[in-house]
Amino acid sequence: MNRYLPWIAGAVLVALPFVYHSPYPLHILILVLIWSFAYTSWSIMGRFGLVSLGHGGFMGVGAYVTALLWNHAGLSPWIGIPIALVAAGVLALVVAWPCFRFRIVGHYFALVTLALSGIVLQVITATRDWTGGSLGYTPERYQGGSSIYALQFADKETWYLIALFVWAVGLAIWYAVDRSMIRYALEAISEDEDAAAAAGVNVTAEKLKITVLSAVMTAFSGALYCQYQMFISPDTVSGIAVSLQMVFAVVVGGIYVALGPTVGAVITILMAEGLRISFGTKAVGYDNLVYGVLLVVFIIFLPKGILGSLMEARWLRRSPPQRQVQPGPA
Amino acid sequence: MEFFDIYLVEALINGVLLGGVLALLALGLNLIFGVIDVVWICYAELIMLGMYAMYFLFSVYQLPWPLAALITIAIVGVLGLVLHYLVIAPLLGSPPINQLLATGGVLFFLQSAATVMFGIDFRNLGIRLPVLEAGDMFISYARLLAFGAALVGMLIVYLFLTRTYTGTAIRAISQDREIMTLMGVDSRRIYLITSALGGSLAGLAACLLVLQYDVHPFVGLSFGPITFLICVLGGLGNFAGGFVAAFLFAEIISLGGLYSDLEWGYVLAFAFFIIMMFIRPAGLLARRT
Repeated sequence: MNRYLPWIAGAVLVALPFVYHSPYPLHILILVLIWSFAYTSWSIMGRFGLVSLGHGGFMGVGAYVTALLWNHAGLSPWIGIPIALVAAGVLALVVAWPCFRFRIVGHYFALVTLALSGIVLQVITATRDWTGGSLGYTPERYQGGSSIYALQFADKETWYLIALFVWAVGLAIWYAVDRSMIRYALEAISEDEDAAAAAGVNVTAEKLKITVLSAVMTAFSGALYCQYQMFISPDTVSGIAVSLQMVFAVVVGGIYVALGPTVGAVITILMAEGLRISFGTKAVGYDNLVYGVLLVVFIIFLPKGILGSLMEARWLRRSPPQRQVQPGPA
Repeated sequence: MEFFDIYLVEALINGVLLGGVLALLALGLNLIFGVIDVVWICYAELIMLGMYAMYFLFSVYQLPWPLAALITIAIVGVLGLVLHYLVIAPLLGSPPINQLLATGGVLFFLQSAATVMFGIDFRNLGIRLPVLEAGDMFISYARLLAFGAALVGMLIVYLFLTRTYTGTAIRAISQDREIMTLMGVDSRRIYLITSALGGSLAGLAACLLVLQYDVHPFVGLSFGPITFLICVLGGLGNFAGGFVAAFLFAEIISLGGLYSDLEWGYVLAFAFFIIMMFIRPAGLLARRT
């Protein structure tokens, strides 16, 4: 039964939009899937103790490069998105290579990458003649609305299937990394860089590979978000707030398990929407108030996240001692 | 443009004045990091609350300004104490990244608490300090006052750290936290004192910043990141380095703002930070090993 569970769940998820057409829940589901993919992209490197606060920057690059190429150069997102991904990859390489080469780790790595997302936000704001600055930016609608060429679709069902597919690919990449040699190399590095290097691990190269992969995936989530929402602003796709949001959702869900980021996205987005609806517009800020308290409580009492803790509890009941509990990231 | 341009001199002076306040901000954060080994991501949000406290005490309750400033400093000092007691103390043994994220959660909490309590209106003290005119340059009195008060604040902290018994214990703990507990220093007490001191510095900064900027719940975001970058640039926990870095940063922002938009000043400062991290990863004044 357990073996078939993912397939059954997958079939249900694919079939969902064909029987259920209500636009608002579908909209929420699409957002959850896109953000889940973004969070998964972050956790691919975050789980090895490489805490980047620059992913808001990569997401901003993905969204803005795609939209700018479409509006100003008339390039279809089919060409624009790959260019955006390359741009994000190059940016990641330029910042991360010296970081890893000069052994900037832990706090320092988090703060250097924080500066990166700050730069991207300020550049978007400063070039307001092109990007609309903090007022946001809208990719131009293609004639009728729906078009494969422009990657714009009017109906939510199509977007749901696209987001579902991308999310599944994200999970597949997570599992591929999990089963590859790079995982063992990076786990060794996160324990002790010198020992790993002495054991023949090319520390800089392994870290660079995972960082560029993670940055490119994050940029893709930004481009996807832009194509779906048809509106981006520096505050929703770039900057320090978005970077922190990614880290938090992953920590809440569970940083060491494949579905952790997804659970984090479900919880944070449903909570934000639920609080927004129940409090209405009269109480701006209550959602983030609860959010902030929950995060602190989670980090103090459930540092492995909801899903991580649940899986550990279930696993402990079945076969006690064998595996040591994973320590937190250094 | 000739070299001795009057606008250039004005920008340079304003940079120095901005640097004084930034140095004060960096000192508080550096103190916390140097002693407790924790980065308070929410440091700027404490300042935001301090600015609100100053606003309410001075403009709404009409207290005289020295009293309002003292109460503000005390309030934010207590906030620092509470933050340490509730959030940092339970996490002292966990990975540094978790501590960083927990204070990030506090950041969200404080921002939205301020939104809920005070709304998102921009508020200011409603007093205009005169502008000093020297030659053809205009230098704001508020900045001059902030610069002076920041220097005095830093001097007091310096004297406290070097001349008093508790101050010596704080410095000793920041050098070796294991040995000092064996030497009979109560590290929990020292941590609480340091948190209160760091909070009070945030309170002082709040009193000075509210003279120049309107307060709103997200005002922390406009100088929070800069403060972290200054601390890292100077070497986290390195007081002198933070001091130098604050002035460097302020000059870059000020001069960048002179030749182009203010945002480009910030972009330049961020880029300078990243480049410097590669040249001097351990901070500006780090000893070469």
